[in-house]
Amino acid sequence: MPKVAVIGVGQSAFVRGYPGSIRELAFDAYAEAMADAKAQNSDIGATVICSSPEYDKQRSPAGVIAEYCGLNPQPTFYVETLCSSSSTGLKLAYSLVASGLHESVMVLGFQKMSEISSAESQERMGRGADIQWESPFGTMMPAYYAMHAKAYLNQFGASEEDLALIRVKAATYGQINEKAVYRKPVELQQCLDADPVSKPLKVMDCCANADGSSCVIVASEKRAKEMGIKKPVWILGIGAASMPINMSCREKFHGLAVAEEAARQAYKMAGLGPKDINVAEVHDCFTIAEMMAYENLGFADPGQGPALIRAKETYKEGSIPVNVDGGLLSKGHPIGATGGSQVRTVVLQLRDEAGAMQVKDPQFGLVHNIGGVGLYGNVTIFGR
Amino acid sequence: MAKPEIDARFKKFGTVSFTATTKVNDFIDYLEKGQVAGTKCAKCGQVFFPPRADCFRCPGEAVEWFVVEGTGKLATFSELMYAPIGFGEDLPYAIAVLDYGDFKVFGRIGQVPFEDLTIGMDMVARANELPGGNLNYVFEKA
Repeated sequence: MPKVAVIGVGQSAFVRGYPGSIRELAFDAYAEAMADAKAQNSDIGATVICSSPEYDKQRSPAGVIAEYCGLNPQPTFYVETLCSSSSTGLKLAYSLVASGLHESVMVLGFQKMSEISSAESQERMGRGADIQWESPFGTMMPAYYAMHAKAYLNQFGASEEDLALIRVKAATYGQINEKAVYRKPVELQQCLDADPVSKPLKVMDCCANADGSSCVIVASEKRAKEMGIKKPVWILGIGAASMPINMSCREKFHGLAVAEEAARQAYKMAGLGPKDINVAEVHDCFTIAEMMAYENLGFADPGQGPALIRAKETYKEGSIPVNVDGGLLSKGHPIGATGGSQVRTVVLQLRDEAGAMQVKDPQFGLVHNIGGVGLYGNVTIFGR
Repeated sequence: MAKPEIDARFKKFGTVSFTATTKVNDFIDYLEKGQVAGTKCAKCGQVFFPPRADCFRCPGEAVEWFVVEGTGKLATFSELMYAPIGFGEDLPYAIAVLDYGDFKVFGRIGQVPFEDLTIGMDMVARANELPGGNLNYVFEKA
């Protein structure tokens, strides 16, 4: 397979109530990634636009955003896998470059969630699950993940405090990420005392909705050289999987099989294992999601996730730093932009350009991005 | 000429139904009779819950209805203190999965006090009429 590099990354600030339209929001990330790659629009062969529908009124947003960024007449594609849309977009971009169809492709993810109320948002998100058989019972994302949390705590004798420790870690790094929506410190007791949303998950176990955009530009080795890219970051492994949408068709609830399968593929393709990873971004839409990710990615054995966080092994100085940009819990989770934001963090880490968040001399980084409740799984491994 | 009649029985499913027509509309008739039903492939015997009109292993083959009977084990659950739009009046409520061995059922907890719920407990699925006349099913202690 020909080598594919990430040559530019960008991200808007993740905020509540972005004071502009979706095209303007998407432009923020586009502009930063183009400056990062020192690219011209003529360098971009195609665009992949990623978001989750029904948060704004625009149908087929790819056309609007390609026009606003001046990326006509290049072909543009719209990709959607709920919260992992831009990781799926990256897989498409990778394929377009590796196949030789295009020398360079831009993945541009966005979401403007503030156009609707929080309760409306919960209803939209709930409809990212099975609308025929589950939504009529009144489901929403926190409740689905709470069912996983209940099963996890029961299976392994873990505690709500173990989950809260993940939020405390996220807030440690959210404070130093100027693009995060939540930048305050969080104390353990504050997490434990927070109001329940769907038991055992409390307000502090849940990430916030946010408006944001992200942009990742990938290119062939040849194009990266032609453009004089000094620190290309290579995509070494790219795994993707799906599992049944209805909870009644799942084998287990104390982990996500979709992440295990995507990780298996990505490790195999990269020829690497969990112990080789020096920095990771995992999909912590809820604290329990990060706990399960530790185990589903092989950073900890089943049931050993709590020991990993208690020993602070997933802090910046630990053996496997995870979400040292604050994660979704601190950054916020603008659905279509999330995966690209995770990729940006890992790329900056591998270039030694992550500033206060920098992990010491990482060689390999991993992104774990989940769509829906373990419906779509994406694991991507990068190397310098 | 009369318009063809649309079979929209499934509008009656749940507090808010997001689907009106489905080939497994008979599910509503079973609920009206006080039964929760799944389907089974007539050829390979694969059991489906929620019910499906098609077996993905044997395309074109018929599926048959079966009534969910006996007890299932509570696989997991969660008590909601916050609800999506349209469900606020139902709060607080719990959603859950029962494991019957051959299949699992996703639904809501019925009249069981939350503090009595424990993973692994035996429960039964029961058809339930909602205040507005819609139907769903709930899980009760066995």
